[in-house]
Amino acid sequence: MGATHLPSTEFDETAADDQLEAEAEAQLGSPAEPMVQLLAPDGTLGTDPVFSAYADRLDGEKLRGFYADMAKIRRFDVEATALQRQGQLALWVPLTGQEAAQIGSGRASQPQDYIFPTYREHGVALTRNVDLAELLRQFRGVSNGGWNPKDTNFHLYTLVLAAQTPHAVGYAMGIQRDQKAAAAVAADGAQDRPAEPKAAVMVYFGDGASSEGDVHESMVFAASYNAPVVFFCQNNHWAISVPSSVQTRIPLSNRAKGYGFPGIRVDGNDAIAVHAVTEWALEHAREGKGPVLIEAFTYRVGAHTTADDPTKYRESAEETLWRAKDPLDRLEKYLRAQGLADDAFFDQVKADGDELAAYVRKTTYDLETPDIRTAFANTYVEAHPLVAEELAWFEEYSAGFAETPEHNSAEPGSPDPDDAATGVAR
Amino acid sequence: MTTMTIAKAINEGLRATLDNNPRTLLMGEDIGALGGVYRVTDGLLAEFGADRVVDTPLAESGIIGTAIGLALRGYLPVCEIQFDGFVFPGFNQITTQLAKMHARSNGNLTVPVVVRIPYGGGIGSIEHHSESPEALFAHTAGLRIITPSNAHDAYWMIRQAVECQDPVIVFEPKRRYWLKGDVDTESPGASADPFKAHVLREGTDATVVAYGPLVPVALAAADAAAEDGHSIEVIDLRSISPIDFDTVTASAKKTGRLVVAHEAPTFGGIGGEIAARISERAFLSLEAPVIRVGGFHMPYPVAKVEEDYLPDIDRILEALDRALAY
Repeated sequence: MGATHLPSTEFDETAADDQLEAEAEAQLGSPAEPMVQLLAPDGTLGTDPVFSAYADRLDGEKLRGFYADMAKIRRFDVEATALQRQGQLALWVPLTGQEAAQIGSGRASQPQDYIFPTYREHGVALTRNVDLAELLRQFRGVSNGGWNPKDTNFHLYTLVLAAQTPHAVGYAMGIQRDQKAAAAVAADGAQDRPAEPKAAVMVYFGDGASSEGDVHESMVFAASYNAPVVFFCQNNHWAISVPSSVQTRIPLSNRAKGYGFPGIRVDGNDAIAVHAVTEWALEHAREGKGPVLIEAFTYRVGAHTTADDPTKYRESAEETLWRAKDPLDRLEKYLRAQGLADDAFFDQVKADGDELAAYVRKTTYDLETPDIRTAFANTYVEAHPLVAEELAWFEEYSAGFAETPEHNSAEPGSPDPDDAATGVAR
Repeated sequence: MTTMTIAKAINEGLRATLDNNPRTLLMGEDIGALGGVYRVTDGLLAEFGADRVVDTPLAESGIIGTAIGLALRGYLPVCEIQFDGFVFPGFNQITTQLAKMHARSNGNLTVPVVVRIPYGGGIGSIEHHSESPEALFAHTAGLRIITPSNAHDAYWMIRQAVECQDPVIVFEPKRRYWLKGDVDTESPGASADPFKAHVLREGTDATVVAYGPLVPVALAAADAAAEDGHSIEVIDLRSISPIDFDTVTASAKKTGRLVVAHEAPTFGGIGGEIAARISERAFLSLEAPVIRVGGFHMPYPVAKVEEDYLPDIDRILEALDRALAY
């Protein structure tokens, strides 16, 4: 390249004709930019100067837990897809392939942290103890948010891409203020009880959403105020049919440099590395050192949703290549090789998954259709005359379909002609 | 009772709410050291500090979006949008997130965010600085929209907006920021309910409904009509969502004629909504169709011709003449 004063990018080396990096990565199955990986696809554990220390915190029980979670959520994914195919759900958003990114990161969060998902974070929901049957309410069309975020600090799914990212930063700004106020109270010696544990926020989004302006604005705000927030980007390489090469020409993790905080690319199919990196990032944020961007390099093995058809836009060879990097297979290999889990464990995991699937299926059938009156009730917090008027009209209209009409009793006479003319409750 | 401008009244209202509730905070562009481009937040940074009077990055979606997050954490953010025409980068956050959060959480979450927007024309400004986009927000369920026309209401409405558990947009009539009036900071008096319309002047021949910057114009038109022997009732709508149809209906039934005036274009506007509702509620009492006075169906015109665009006394009188001719 002649213009040597221009900053170089890895594309300069990828190919003379600027072959798109992410496309190449997807085809090669390995990133051009280094990424943190501890557990290789063949199940061998490597080392990392920073993150091995975090991996060392994980004992056999925790690792078995990661595997059990990943297997459980994959089984759930299969069941939910089946429910959609059988007409029980309007739509399903499968997560297969992204289990390590979600379980690894979710398990790194602490109860006092607050999590903002997009809409594919079923695995993270599991780690936050959200009832998985509740997750299906949205997809069955009985609720736009099936759980109370206050119970689990796991926010509702957000469908307008990236709209939740500034919410996360604002929430983190609130944590900052709360901790400052608590510190002031503690300094006065007026408080006997122990201090609340420090908290951080983690917000999920994908390679597609990374193009949204809200991600940019959020990162600007987070950097400006040093907010305790971890941006967790699952680069699953496909935004429905559009490859990540159309969203970015550089590794997404590199964008953090432009905002002035750390960006780390991690093997998103390696639960141990994802957990280590996320634990580091959340500690960094909780300690007041500011935001972190994590790019989990992973792959959406299935369709975007049950309404999608990946054969229209990508080669099955690419999927095969990524299936060889499966997050569950490699952890199973490691657990077996280390003697941390045996056949009995894996049989139990399978049985637990089937039990969960049966529970989810049954609960889905039982989900009650809400009354539209709850929608009237929840539009505003405080009384609202227009809502009240429309609800009154709806009640009167509905009563007209009752088998025994009770509404036709004579209305009291009125001197005002308009009362008779409209018949609408006022 | 103190005499102050509308801008000062809002400033005092914000000061009172910052004083009363430690969870209140202000966010916006240039609201700190500068005190806002209209100086509405003048002096508040020095008094309450940078954690509560937050100069934000220049990003409206970020302002509204982070305010939503702060509200989810239990704070009461009051966002300043610098000018009406600049609210649109934040439109997505206001309409898809702020307005719907309570409903989509099945009532579990509340987001009591206040958004202040200086609006309207008549200040000879450049493009995007003179618009009246209130109907775009009124069409969105979940939001409440109020607009003061005088200093007393301005003081109390901002306080009431912060106290309301629903998201509230306060449209501030920017060309009236320097209009002085008496403010009773001890008691809201008749302004206790921000969502209720006020009959400012009683009359028997026709009713003019206006809000925000056009309220003084409507009152002046009523004065002029009185010289011609017409008794005009004037209503300050005050709340654009919800609209106090009871007060408007009662007046329309009494006078039989209704004119609605706003700066926003008439097509798809608040005047059309009022006309439709009143025709349903008072059809047999009306002597004339409800007549709208408003902006034209065009982008807000250049400042040198905005006088031809904005409803003025004569435009309202012309509408009254048409109503009275039936």
